[in-house]
Amino acid sequence: MAELGHDATSYAPPREQPEMELPHSHSFWTTYVFSQDAKTIAIQYSVTAISVGLLAMVLSLMIRLQLGFPNNFSLIDPSNYLQYVTMHGMIMVVYLLTALFLGGFGNYFIPLMIGARDMAFPWLNMLSFWFYFVSVLVLMASFFVPGGPTGAGWTLYPPQLISEGTPGIHGGVLVMMISLGIFIAGFTMGGLNYIVTILQYRTRGMTLMRMPLTIWGIFLATMLALLAFPALLVAALMVLLDHLAGTSFFMPAMFSMGEQLPHEGGSPLLFQHLFWFFGHPEVYIVALPAFGVVSDILATHARRNIFGYRMMVWALVAIGGLSFVVWAHHMYVSGMNPYFGFLFATTTLIIAVPTAIKVYNWVLTLWHGNIRLELPMLFAIGFIFTFINGGMSGLFLGNVTVDVPLADTYFVVGHFHMVMAVAPVMTIYAAIYHWYPKITGRMLHEGMGKVHFWVTFLGTYALFYPMHYLGLAGVPRRYFAYGESSPFIGESVETLNAFITVAAIIVAAAQLLFIYNLIRSRKHGKEAGPNPWNATTLEWQTEHTPPTHGNFGKELPVVYRWPYDYSVPGAKYDFIPQNVPPEEVEMADEGAVRT
Amino acid sequence: MAIAIAVVVLLVATVLFHILSPWQLTPLASNWGAIDATINLTFWVTGLVLIAVNLFMAWCIVRYRYNKDRRARYEPEDKKLEAWLIGLSTLGIAALLAPGLVVWNEIVHAPDDAHEVEVVGSQWHWYFRYPGEDGTLGRSDPRLISDANPLGVDPNDPASWDDIIVATPRGYLPVDRPVRLNLRSRDVLHNFMVANFRVKMDLVPGQVTRFWITPTQVGEYDLVCAQLCGIGHFAMRGSIRVVEDEAYDAWLASKPTFGELHSREAPDLAAGQRHYANCIACHGADGQGNQMLNSPAIAGMEAWYTKRQLEYFRNGARGAHADDEHGRQMVPFAGIVADPTTERDLAAYIEQMPPVSVASTVEGNAQRGARIYRTCGACHGRDGQGLHGTNAPRLAGLDDWYQKRQLEHFQSGVRGGHSDDLYGPQMRDMSKILVNDDAMRNVLAYINTLTGHEQSRALPELAGRNN
Repeated sequence: MAELGHDATSYAPPREQPEMELPHSHSFWTTYVFSQDAKTIAIQYSVTAISVGLLAMVLSLMIRLQLGFPNNFSLIDPSNYLQYVTMHGMIMVVYLLTALFLGGFGNYFIPLMIGARDMAFPWLNMLSFWFYFVSVLVLMASFFVPGGPTGAGWTLYPPQLISEGTPGIHGGVLVMMISLGIFIAGFTMGGLNYIVTILQYRTRGMTLMRMPLTIWGIFLATMLALLAFPALLVAALMVLLDHLAGTSFFMPAMFSMGEQLPHEGGSPLLFQHLFWFFGHPEVYIVALPAFGVVSDILATHARRNIFGYRMMVWALVAIGGLSFVVWAHHMYVSGMNPYFGFLFATTTLIIAVPTAIKVYNWVLTLWHGNIRLELPMLFAIGFIFTFINGGMSGLFLGNVTVDVPLADTYFVVGHFHMVMAVAPVMTIYAAIYHWYPKITGRMLHEGMGKVHFWVTFLGTYALFYPMHYLGLAGVPRRYFAYGESSPFIGESVETLNAFITVAAIIVAAAQLLFIYNLIRSRKHGKEAGPNPWNATTLEWQTEHTPPTHGNFGKELPVVYRWPYDYSVPGAKYDFIPQNVPPEEVEMADEGAVRT
Repeated sequence: MAIAIAVVVLLVATVLFHILSPWQLTPLASNWGAIDATINLTFWVTGLVLIAVNLFMAWCIVRYRYNKDRRARYEPEDKKLEAWLIGLSTLGIAALLAPGLVVWNEIVHAPDDAHEVEVVGSQWHWYFRYPGEDGTLGRSDPRLISDANPLGVDPNDPASWDDIIVATPRGYLPVDRPVRLNLRSRDVLHNFMVANFRVKMDLVPGQVTRFWITPTQVGEYDLVCAQLCGIGHFAMRGSIRVVEDEAYDAWLASKPTFGELHSREAPDLAAGQRHYANCIACHGADGQGNQMLNSPAIAGMEAWYTKRQLEYFRNGARGAHADDEHGRQMVPFAGIVADPTTERDLAAYIEQMPPVSVASTVEGNAQRGARIYRTCGACHGRDGQGLHGTNAPRLAGLDDWYQKRQLEHFQSGVRGGHSDDLYGPQMRDMSKILVNDDAMRNVLAYINTLTGHEQSRALPELAGRNN
């Protein structure tokens, strides 16, 4: 593309760095533990996030066992059922997905993909991880405080969050809020770092419109997170004051368990507005990096440029911006002023347009491609399928009238697990299968990977798709048991719940296979070489695989083209890396390839 | 290739599941057919898009599978195609949004002739209030809520006096008359959900939320809570009976007004003692009970609970089941004290009898039972003292053999399965957390250690509840 010609930026860091100035680590501690290398920090983030995610998966199995085979397990009672529900949700959304996409992928890919040696503030970056790590430890501590973790749901709605009748209202709530506070502080350090690095540390020639979409996704998601998390922090602080200091931000006059409470004048709805002002952008904090990653993986494995790059960037920007004006679609039946319904249904459905564009462009990238169905590609296709399904059910829930009967039912559970759980997790797997060779120098085992993909793809669909129909039939969510007392919830619901539970157990088992593959391939995987997928972006062009501290050795790459020069007509190979100058592109012999 | 086939197979399965699924919308029982229409429209539009885009993807995967002699087409963008797609998507979105907003406009505007009914949620029960003859609900204030005035109705507002308060979780609505439901909560967030009515709404403490419907089908509909409200959330059940006007009026007339509840006389304990003569043979002069006769200790039993059980024995909600041989013995005696004044005086007399200490007969591990009791304690009180606010009677100081039998009866449906036992279903669901005999013994062993019956109990005002 002519308009993407060489254009050196003046603010880029020096291209050459004397050997002595490259960061060197000297001891075990500074290399592996208190490392300031973004790549090590990324791995620390990822390992922590995946570990805590596995715990959350176990919690989900506890939930499913109770629902599928009620009243068989003396370890699951209504209190810890709600505690499992709460911790499962909170861990998955914040401590796994947010941490993995931004802390894990962000740290690994930002410097490498923009051609920087490291993050702008490596020490702050290290501190960010340790804050995250401590926040996870504090969160885990809530399992050991008297009364256990809070069981108010991950949405933490007061008054129930802090009033009798909900599990974990003493220690659990306090520990959860402290953990969130530490997480947000840590994230703020990391997030500012990502923004500064992307804006200031791009190498020569890496204009904004030459950034891979992965970086665009992470960049915008970080902006959203920096703007959204403070709302959660404020809400958490205020609710703690209500709890500990007897203030009444969210607590109205109440008669709880036979007693008048000393609160007066607070508004439970205020909390919900603050929570969802954070909570909705949070969906996109997870989704935007996933969108970016999937775009890059599709282009690489379809050997075709991403279709409509410019539109893809602007769609990301539009989605990010709109995500701040749709939050109250989580509150259609909350008792807020019903006129909000008109506004928020409209903004919510508008956001479907840029999202639809992204889907079209992914599919159009496959169109006229030369598709290699390698493992990352399978997961990327799995993502598209799941995401379309989740997007379609989103059109039900975003449209206020349609939402009203479906709100608070299993339709909602099905929807957000499709779009917020399976879709991003598909992306995470696509990314891990795609970049593992760069991170470790070895390929993941293909056979195990295929089993992992098929079980996960088909299993999660069997798991979450039927849930929509439970919701349609009016089955409410967050129920410990359905009992016989509600004739409208028929016996067939029990059968379906048992089926879903069996699917969940099978899917969970496949994830263990994946973990085994991760560990095994580290030593025994096939040698990958520097660029096994013939990809164009800078991380595949490093001198060493895995890249050493400082990423690019002595000389930073210079970027001459956008990241999607796949199958350029006339070129000898079907990809031209971003750092290949126009004069060095090898041309094909006349008529050697047909398009 | 396999993935393309999988995508197509999944699409077929998706459509088949949609058509064959027995899990569909519940039968509509309100005027909101328009909501069902928007749902169906959304199914059509989204279903077509889902199929079209995925089929195109599957076709691409097959048609453009890898071939080392072929090159992908290099084509950074196609502005015309993208413009078309944006245009079509916008149109599709508008087609979904516009009808949605039109219907929403109807949902937010209640008709002027709608009558008003109040629904109040509480952990984990439903209350109803009807405006009475003046058609106006009296003022209420959460600060006025007490066991005697469960909805916090203001006695200083003249409009309150003819209000009809229904403390049982079964409300009535007249068919074919638009009704505006005013929702309040005594404690935490709840959600009024009757799936057949389609519209639902949260109950928010500190404010009144509203929605309106016109019930169109006579029948009884499950009322469930759809907003997580604590441990008992899943058991917060009730029902709405939609009836013809005459049945509605007759039902309302059978319920006491707020004024009548408040002007009730204090019970006559001396008369209560006389009536107690009917009970002595089995339950003992001090209400200490007699296990030989299968009669539990009743001394100190809450008056509101005694009254509820006597009524159940009379109307067949309890003691009528073929397998409840001991319950059947109680039925004729409940008939003897059917007169409301007799019942009131007797219940008050039993309530003031000092609780006796009962011997423990069930062996179990109290420590393990303590963990299980966390759930029970949410309603019955941490010390087993019973909470009128949650409609849960005292457990401390009750005979364990009697509790064991009742728990078994709840589990098997001998008790709590009758449609007039409005609190029974909750206890039936809860009793199932005792997954085996050991769990039941352990929790009873723990209840035996509780001291809630020894707490100095300020006798609650006797007026005010008609359960």
